[in-house]
Amino acid sequence: MTIRDVRITDTTLRDGSHAVRHQFTEDQVRQVAGALDRAGVAVIEVTHGDGLAGSSFNYGFSKVSDIKLIEVAVETVKNAKIAALVLPGLGTAHDIKEAKAAGVSLLRVATHSTEADVSVQHFNLARELGMETVGFLMLSHMTEPKKLAEQARIMADAGCQCVYVVDSAGALLPETVTERVDALVQELGDDAQVGFHGHQNLSLGVANSLAAYKAGARQIDATLRALGAGAGNTPTEALVGALEASGIRTGIDLELILSAAEDVLKPLIPIMPLIERDAIVQGRYGVYNSFLLHAKRAEERYGVPAYKILKAVGEARYVGGQEDMIIDVAIRLQNEAS
Amino acid sequence: MTTESTKKPTVAIIGPGNIGTDLLIKLKRRGVFDVRYMIGVDPTSDGLARARRLGVEASHEGVDWLLKQDELPDLIFEATAAKPHLLNAPRYREAGIKAIDLTPAAVGPFVCPVVNLTDLRAEPNINMITCGGQATIPIVNAISKITPVSYAEIIASISSKSAGPGTRANIDEFTETTSKAIETVGGAAKGKAIIILNPVEPPLVMRDTVFAAIDGDADRHAIENSIHEMVAKVQQYVPGYRLKSDPQFDDPNELWGGKGRVGVFLEVTGNGDYLPDWAGNLDIMTAAANFAAEQLFGNEAAAN
Repeated sequence: MTIRDVRITDTTLRDGSHAVRHQFTEDQVRQVAGALDRAGVAVIEVTHGDGLAGSSFNYGFSKVSDIKLIEVAVETVKNAKIAALVLPGLGTAHDIKEAKAAGVSLLRVATHSTEADVSVQHFNLARELGMETVGFLMLSHMTEPKKLAEQARIMADAGCQCVYVVDSAGALLPETVTERVDALVQELGDDAQVGFHGHQNLSLGVANSLAAYKAGARQIDATLRALGAGAGNTPTEALVGALEASGIRTGIDLELILSAAEDVLKPLIPIMPLIERDAIVQGRYGVYNSFLLHAKRAEERYGVPAYKILKAVGEARYVGGQEDMIIDVAIRLQNEAS
Repeated sequence: MTTESTKKPTVAIIGPGNIGTDLLIKLKRRGVFDVRYMIGVDPTSDGLARARRLGVEASHEGVDWLLKQDELPDLIFEATAAKPHLLNAPRYREAGIKAIDLTPAAVGPFVCPVVNLTDLRAEPNINMITCGGQATIPIVNAISKITPVSYAEIIASISSKSAGPGTRANIDEFTETTSKAIETVGGAAKGKAIIILNPVEPPLVMRDTVFAAIDGDADRHAIENSIHEMVAKVQQYVPGYRLKSDPQFDDPNELWGGKGRVGVFLEVTGNGDYLPDWAGNLDIMTAAANFAAEQLFGNEAAAN
């Protein structure tokens, strides 16, 4: 049994799916899942970027179905658990059962950080099916620590075993991560663990993850080479290096995870997320990271700069899932400009 | 009670929550029906108290009480939840009372009044689909009347405040019911529905987006006209229903399986009958149910 102080979940094959416009192939999943498993990563998430049933006009159609990619990952790994994400309002009980049948043993249920009660039926089902559970409170920066802890309590009472503070916009700072993780740890006690999911918009993925660990988070998300929505996620290999340097055990082999990033992922993915204008605007104004490529597409279609669209979307306080409003905003900005 | 008002068709509302109360206010304002009963199960319900203040006989003893009354209503609006309606529906039918179901129970056929009501006049029980369905299915239908729609997807964004505990505990019912009705009523070969709750303050006015997959050579002009005509029809009963922009046509794309796309961006401002005007989702359900009722009983009501 590996001894670890914190469990890292690699979500290259889920959050990273945004960065490749949901075009992952079976072969890519086989290579990446295999390399992560060999490096000692305990949990690998494989789903469309927006979770089960995310394949759509609004979020982008998958090249290969979630279930097919999950099956490939399940047959590839020797030790890792395969996780899937579901967003209530999009994915349903039916999708969860299908994912379970394909070999998913850990279900992650994501809601906006004030709407935890829409996840109750999904947690109940996952536990009935004998799955491990994780809850995602998305855009956690929008919600004050006390309110966030109340939402975490709703998830824990519904059967969620670890509630994540999810910084979907990369808008949190080490101090604001600490306040939130601390509030959840206080609220949940031994009832559930606390996790953290960071993004790179303000270049704080690793720093925020270290702060989260110090405040009591025991599950942390990351992706190889930061492949992910918007500016990308906390890079797994850098996080492993930083945790190791801090004397915190992850159970992941640094050399092998560096190889997964460098020798496996790098040749597969030609265009990587960057910490640049559009993505920094997202971090500064708290805009859901998955909106980035949709805003870039609206820029091409309507001739309005993506960063202006993103800023307007942030001001309107649209939440995860409202990708359609990017087009709506672009049309309005185009009309205003003409 | 005047002789004149007793001639109006009589109705009972089951479920004194947000939907039932909003419906009550609409029905009273329209004056086409005689609202006889408001039925709940909680003696402390605000909705029942409000009904009494409006001169409606209200009981917290449920459908059992209603069916014991000497005078049964001509029509029942069910505004409880799917499970109670599954139990209640056979009893209404046995008692010979027509039912308009505003829950996702889907005991009877799906109805979108401007699309298929005339085909379903004889049905003892009709189902109003969902708020997102009432807002978007007319548009899917307007497109599929002109050109084959191989796939249609709708996204409904509503304010967190307007989503009651029933909606929240059963959010899958929204996606599943709406998806099915996009196909059976809207006319798309395949349907998909997405619902988003947004907690922003002041609350967000209901927004609905329709994306339909169409062939590259579809007649865009005819589609656009058909959408505008449909919007005008829905505005008959939901005055706050409007297009935010002209329909957006996108050329065929490999990522869309080689199909083109039409995108329709809608806003639904409510009438502010019970919840404020941002709750367009509430308004479009109750307005559609009321409109359907008036159409179904129209001849009788007019004859009086």
